Amino acid sequence: MHKETLFRHRILPVATVVLVIVAIWYVGAYFMNAPFQRDLDRRAGVTSTPMEFLGKTMSQPKPILPAPHQVASNVFENTFLRSVSSNRSLVYHAWVTLSSTLAGFGFGTLLGILIAVGIVHVRALDRSLMPWIIASQTVPILAVAPMVIVTLGAIGISGLVPKAVISTYLSFFPVAVGMVKGLRSPELIQLDLMRTYHASAAQTFWKLRVPASVPFLFTSMKVAIAASLVGAIVGELPTGAVAGIGSKLLAGAYYSQTIDIWAALVAGSVLASLLVAVVGIAGKIVNRNMGGKPT
Amino acid sequence: MSALMRTSLLTSWQGWLSLALSLAALATLPLLDPDAVARFAPMALFAIFALSIAGAVVSFLPLPPLFLAAAIFVFCHLSTSILISGLSGNEGKAATAFFLMIAANWLLAWRCVSLLSEIRTRSRFADGLLGLAIPAIFGAWLLILWEALTRGFGVPFILMPPPSSIGLRIAASLSILWADVQQTIFKAVLAGYILGCSAGFVVAILADRFAFLRAGLMPIGNLMSALPIIGVAPVMVMWFGFDWQSKAAVVTIMTFFPMLVNTVAGLSASGTMERDLMRSYASDYGQTLMKLRLPAAMPFIFNALKINSTLALIGAIVAEFFGTPIVGMGFRISTEIGRMNVDMVWAEIAVAALAGSLFYGVVALAERATTFWHPSNRGG
Repeated sequence: MHKETLFRHRILPVATVVLVIVAIWYVGAYFMNAPFQRDLDRRAGVTSTPMEFLGKTMSQPKPILPAPHQVASNVFENTFLRSVSSNRSLVYHAWVTLSSTLAGFGFGTLLGILIAVGIVHVRALDRSLMPWIIASQTVPILAVAPMVIVTLGAIGISGLVPKAVISTYLSFFPVAVGMVKGLRSPELIQLDLMRTYHASAAQTFWKLRVPASVPFLFTSMKVAIAASLVGAIVGELPTGAVAGIGSKLLAGAYYSQTIDIWAALVAGSVLASLLVAVVGIAGKIVNRNMGGKPT
Repeated sequence: MSALMRTSLLTSWQGWLSLALSLAALATLPLLDPDAVARFAPMALFAIFALSIAGAVVSFLPLPPLFLAAAIFVFCHLSTSILISGLSGNEGKAATAFFLMIAANWLLAWRCVSLLSEIRTRSRFADGLLGLAIPAIFGAWLLILWEALTRGFGVPFILMPPPSSIGLRIAASLSILWADVQQTIFKAVLAGYILGCSAGFVVAILADRFAFLRAGLMPIGNLMSALPIIGVAPVMVMWFGFDWQSKAAVVTIMTFFPMLVNTVAGLSASGTMERDLMRSYASDYGQTLMKLRLPAAMPFIFNALKINSTLALIGAIVAEFFGTPIVGMGFRISTEIGRMNVDMVWAEIAVAALAGSLFYGVVALAERATTFWHPSNRGG
């Protein structure tokens, strides 16, 4: 019975929508590639049946919109059939991006937690820093990416660190805001209980505030890791970086390798979903080990 | 009175530290290296120390906090302005004493901010004023420290230009900046934002009407919000050309999913009681939607509008890295950095930050006006 409803209410609708999207994609690929194919045929003096023509629009080397199966085969080929250290391997590029994502995410989370602890405990910080943290996110920071990279490059820092700096900037915010909320989530009655125990500020912090903030921390870490990945990808765009998903996008754009662009997009998306899933699972495990309510 | 005196002597640790730093600076005079071109006049030197020490001493006095804060504010900022103005012509020639004095004044400003944030007021106007003044002082000190450090140490211009020269650059190239703003914000961002948000809204209403569609779209929408959608920028540039249309397309895609997810969440925000009430009034789907569920969804919708206001700017600027006509904020940033005109890049970033904050502010004001009934807007 339970399986039945899971299928009817979860899997079936999602599968339908995915199928519709793929169908629209195929139709779009046909219509977007058709004019160029017609042009090619006319120049070559070939007349093809509608079926042949359809097949041709789906197999151009540089289509305007590659068909899903072209993208899928490109991803498969570049993921599983190439050696991991090859320059064309998506695994290699994903690894380059992943390393700076994780470095930025680590620093960003740490920074966010520190800021949150400061804001919760120092009133002057709360009033003066909090508005700027919010304002910092209305700044289109990704626009600064080229400058961060060139500036750090000028003082001899290149490679992973500049990208990680951008990721850090993007990922500290959700963590800081989430942790402030989480550290303030204990209710007055619980704080009062700590006071009746004559708990010191440190004890209240470690035994009440920190455990209460853990669910908030993981929720915001999910947002932060996605933001961190975006930061790493954009960080690879402006410098003509040699490796990484962002550089793959840029190279694809320069040489009109549309299939490569889409393959890089797919790789980035898979990476994002995996990262978010890992953080989510880690959150569930920690929550269960702390004796929290299963959610 | 003496108890009060004792507490303010104890609590103003910033005052003590500031005093100590001033004395250390006095011991390590002069403020500038011996080979500096223009030295501080004796009067200016005296004023710097007198004002700073006076600020520290005032901070120990048992006076009303607002008065204290105002006095410290005046003392430490006068001292700082004399210090900074003495730097012109002497970039990179600042000595230890100079930075000690900057630090001493910074501590005083900190004391001033903590005094201000302890003040409890009863009027909402005064609260709002304090809420502006405290972060303003903090932001000003970020700029002051930036200015003092870059010019004091003589940091190369290419690495980090001081804020004053960025300001000059903004003033000198207003026409270029304005053209970029028009291209990027008025054309690309606004078109994409309106298109993306309204499309997301319409699809959300549809998804709300048909449960099957909602069950199918929501997991995908949630997934999409975690994906690096910005990566479609090169594809869009290929499809829609170099001009603003391709940037608007990127912005549309980026803003669509947050709007969809938030609106669907918002439409289920109204309680069963209220919906039952609507049913007992025999109101049909449209009436329930317009009179109950959409108003109840407003906070969620505005949340999406706020998220999208930043996403839209980012999308448009990053999409310009992939190709533009020779105008636009992203174009300017990527070409001026190539020509090592770092101050122009910073000017562009300052404009982008200002535009982003204004955009966000307008949405926030519209939210105040529309959802005045919501607990978070009713004060408290």
